[in-house]
Amino acid sequence: MSDDWKEKLYEPEGELIKVDSVGYEERTELIEIDSVDLDYAGKTGSIKALENIHFNIFPGEFVCVLGPSGCGKSTLLKIIAGFIKPTSGAVRLDGKEIEGTDWHRGVVFQNPPLYEWYSVRSNISFGPKMRGLPKSEYEPLVDEYIAKVGLTEFADKKIYELSGGMKQRVSIARALINDPEILLMDEPFGALDALTRESVQDLTRKIWWDTGKTIFFITHDVEEALLLASRVIVLSRHPGKVIDDIRVNFSRQIIEDGADDIKFTPEFYKYRERLLKLINGQRTEQDK
Amino acid sequence: MKKGSGKNLLISLITVGIIVAAWFIVTSTGSVSELFIPKPSSVWKAFINAVNDGYKGSTLFKHLGTSLQRLMIAYLICVVTAVPLGLLSGYNSRIRAVLEPIIEFYRPLPPLAYYTILTLWMGIDESSKLALLYLAGFAPIYISCVAGVVRIKEDYINGAKTLGANKRQIFFYVIFPAALTDVFTGLRTALGVEYTTLVAAEMVAATAGIGWMVLDASKYLRSDVVFMGVIIMGITGILLDQLIRLIERKVIHWKGRS
Ligand SMILES: Nc1ncnc2c1ncn2[C@@H]1O[C@H](COP(=O)(O)OP(=O)(O)O)[C@@H](O)[C@H]1O
Ligand SMILES: [Mg+2]
Repeated sequence: MSDDWKEKLYEPEGELIKVDSVGYEERTELIEIDSVDLDYAGKTGSIKALENIHFNIFPGEFVCVLGPSGCGKSTLLKIIAGFIKPTSGAVRLDGKEIEGTDWHRGVVFQNPPLYEWYSVRSNISFGPKMRGLPKSEYEPLVDEYIAKVGLTEFADKKIYELSGGMKQRVSIARALINDPEILLMDEPFGALDALTRESVQDLTRKIWWDTGKTIFFITHDVEEALLLASRVIVLSRHPGKVIDDIRVNFSRQIIEDGADDIKFTPEFYKYRERLLKLINGQRTEQDK
Repeated sequence: MKKGSGKNLLISLITVGIIVAAWFIVTSTGSVSELFIPKPSSVWKAFINAVNDGYKGSTLFKHLGTSLQRLMIAYLICVVTAVPLGLLSGYNSRIRAVLEPIIEFYRPLPPLAYYTILTLWMGIDESSKLALLYLAGFAPIYISCVAGVVRIKEDYINGAKTLGANKRQIFFYVIFPAALTDVFTGLRTALGVEYTTLVAAEMVAATAGIGWMVLDASKYLRSDVVFMGVIIMGITGILLDQLIRLIERKVIHWKGRS
């Protein structure tokens, strides 16, 4: 694929780019989240989890959704994946309303539901095999994706022999091998220790940059969002509403300039403060 | 293997040893009638006799074989029907709604209570015995299969859908292996329940079988044969359970390691 999308993501360059102030209109969206509301049925009437969520996701974007726990991030992801239907509004992929779950939207869960009865290799080949691709076609792909996530030596290991970080790598490869239109990740690295987390973050960033895959990534960690995203969306608490939507380019700098210490630049600080304030503001309002 | 299980095995062996020793000591004094507790040597003699000359027309192995054959036939039919029905019921609440009332009703009944109905319908021959064993084994397998499927985390199934699996594939490649641990719990329970029901089944119109042998011997106050039969049944029960555990370990190689 051509690299246009990379330039478009960051145009025009500038400070604290608000997404809605940029000329996105000329581009065709990949996913359109159109006035989505979601109410859960609770014991004491219905609980509004999402209110009027309305934004588009463009091809090649790495969207990180930030928000305090319980604000409806997973709910939004489940709607895009097709696990649940919005109470009102619609989500469209390439202009077509999403109905049910299929392999065009790959999902990486926080606790990877890998199949313990299979080896690493069989877990990764699960998708193509279920979709009925011929073995001769997907076999080389499996090796390629195993290598991509750095698990070549572990290809024939059983799942219970892997560490948490390796399991997430399998999970990423398993979703990517289907070449989905978008990769949905729900706090995938939340349960990992700091070092492991950093290495899978690097891997995810690199895969995104090399493949141009559109990624929708949920986290409650501001730094993680800034280190990975090309765009950060902040959800408010109860009910979840979009309260900020900005474009950032730290991940690009890390990749292009190898800027390892970007975390310590004033620029990064500024963004971090802004997002933290937003999220913490939410938290204290709730706790009062 | 769990830590200290070697030590526990030793403790268990000591328990068995003490009971056997107590048996020898109590009976050697002659203060207890052989009717209540026969001497180990008498039980051994009864064993040798039953092996060589048989008891009432059949050798011990014939008796045991007859019982095990009944058990195995009923058990196999159980496995091939209760496992699929249980798994399907867990997967599809409609199927469950059909079967659950029947199973919930008969499961708590004592087997002998419905055995009378079975003999009424099927006669007193082999078929009613098999039906009794079958019903006894069906419920535990069915119930643990349902539980096994219901317990599967939603992400497992959602994950499979996002990878492109259809309903049938999800059933065979995800639900079935994920529920296997519970399936085996059911299989073990069922074998135990069927085994205990066996004696009841052989109470009516049997002429062979280890359960029948014990019941018949008790009528003639042959305590030595009764004791011998009970010991044989106990040992066979343990062996059968171990056999299933062995198969389970081979099949579910990932169990307890994730
Ligand atoms: N299946 C459900 N039924 C009822 N309420 C739910 C359900 N799932 C989530 N919720 C509620 O909806 C809100 C948003 O949940 P979730 O999307 O999981 O938040 P997050 O992922 O941001 O932590 C929470 O208040 C949660 O308690
Ligand atoms: Mg969540």
